[in-house]
Amino acid sequence: MSDQRLGANFINRQSFIELDARERATALFDAGTSRELVGPFDRVESPWLEMQGVTPQEDDGCVVMKGKIAGKAAVVIALEGAFQGGSLGEVSGEKMTAAIDLACADNEKGIPTSAVILVETGGVRLQEANLGLAATAELMASMLALRKHAPVICLTAGTVGAFGGMALAVGLASYIAMTREARLGMNGPEVIEQENGLDEFDSSDHALIWAIDGGEQRYATGLVDALVDDDTPQVVKVIRRFVSKGVPPVHRSSEVALYRSRIEALDASRQWDPKELRALWTTNQVEEEKR
Amino acid sequence: MSEFTGVRGTVWFRGLTGQASSMPGDPKSVLTADAPLGKDQARFLCVVPDPHARFPCARHGEVGLEEGYTLATRVREVSEQDKNTTKRPIIAIVDVKSQAYGRREETAGIFLACAAAADAYGSARLKGHPVITFVVGHALSGAFLTHGYQANRILALDDDGVMIHAMHKAAAARVTRRSVEELEKLAKTIAPMSYDVRDYAKLGLLYKLLHVSNPEKPTQQEIRKVQGELIAAIEDARSSSVDLRNRLESKGALETRKASILVRSRLEAQWREG
Repeated sequence: MSDQRLGANFINRQSFIELDARERATALFDAGTSRELVGPFDRVESPWLEMQGVTPQEDDGCVVMKGKIAGKAAVVIALEGAFQGGSLGEVSGEKMTAAIDLACADNEKGIPTSAVILVETGGVRLQEANLGLAATAELMASMLALRKHAPVICLTAGTVGAFGGMALAVGLASYIAMTREARLGMNGPEVIEQENGLDEFDSSDHALIWAIDGGEQRYATGLVDALVDDDTPQVVKVIRRFVSKGVPPVHRSSEVALYRSRIEALDASRQWDPKELRALWTTNQVEEEKR
Repeated sequence: MSEFTGVRGTVWFRGLTGQASSMPGDPKSVLTADAPLGKDQARFLCVVPDPHARFPCARHGEVGLEEGYTLATRVREVSEQDKNTTKRPIIAIVDVKSQAYGRREETAGIFLACAAAADAYGSARLKGHPVITFVVGHALSGAFLTHGYQANRILALDDDGVMIHAMHKAAAARVTRRSVEELEKLAKTIAPMSYDVRDYAKLGLLYKLLHVSNPEKPTQQEIRKVQGELIAAIEDARSSSVDLRNRLESKGALETRKASILVRSRLEAQWREG
């Protein structure tokens, strides 16, 4: 870590992580261009929580905003990690999918519109189980349709991170950005420990968790496109850059031959030091760039 | 966990294709075959247990790193081959207990392996391939998102051994801090939480429930019946849109997903205002 990062910049930084979902979404737009759709005053709440003794929230933990980023039409979807762990329920899920579909329809009408998803979630909301899982599948389907026309950008800033089915949706993104504080993985450490024991994963070992799921590792192994400091202006800069870049020539989730060969080359008989993968996979990345 | 997991996938794969093997170079856990279905030569795919799989956490029928990328490869192969010709049907036979819960899997990015398979299925559907899912056993969580949930049409066996869910009972109870008994009681009144495929059918996500007398030993007649249903689903998929809107426009969804429908109509109206 450089002195600069720990010095003046660190003290003057404007934390993005400390913002709530609504503030995060607002921060990404060109000043004064954003408006919220189906906001808290619409009071479209989860119909499933109250009957289980859980208090619903007026926005179901999902904020949708439309406006301009770098002068271009964009929609931002932000999950609120503080409500039910950012989990995907029927309402929050449908908000996401419908917003992506509307962006897709605008592109088809000749209005280029990008999408940014701010992911803070443990995955499907188990109180709405099958509707949360279905919502994830439908969101993924809509992301696949939109990303042909415009970039779908996923950012996970922390502190919840991106887990469960939503990690698969993140995998479909045109670009993925993370902070060092964020984690991205399919199965959370607790679930792995419960299913396959402490030897497989010690969920109290925070260093291990970040060594595997953390933003720095995901970036160093080429599984995400940007590592950004927890600083709002820097986050904004990264998002604007990806919006301006447009649709990538090949999406990561379509590069099957490359990633399959990487898995085939791994020694599956032992656990790895996550750093080993950095060496193996970044080498490949450099070679790819040469080609 | 069920004693059925793995048995049913192989049985139905063999019944529908006349074989049960993986493609050269593929792990044994992914069965792929091309077989006639009506006028088409359909591609069938299924994930089955391989006790000798390279990755120890993916030996009981879980969808792991190799399964994700293999499914992605074999689905993409079809859409590549059919680029300038009739889009063949792709049939996912589903009996998957879960994704692989392992440290190696997380380290090597299982989220991407599973996304790659979902990408392949979903992209094939968008290109016009009828993608049909047939759930014969378990269809759980991330494993179902990877293998099956991107289909135009989903069919399932009407049977107690069929389970479509976000998380298996014991884990769901732990995470929501309930006992399994409490969870089961709640599941009886709250349709999206139910572990019964007949309740799942109420959500409007299924195209059809099919009954057979013994899902582990289907008769030739029952296999022919299922083939007929798959052919009907293929025709239905070909005659409608390539997206998943049918799931939200179904009769079941009109009843159970009222909140989804409300969200969508409000969002559409407000989107146009500005």
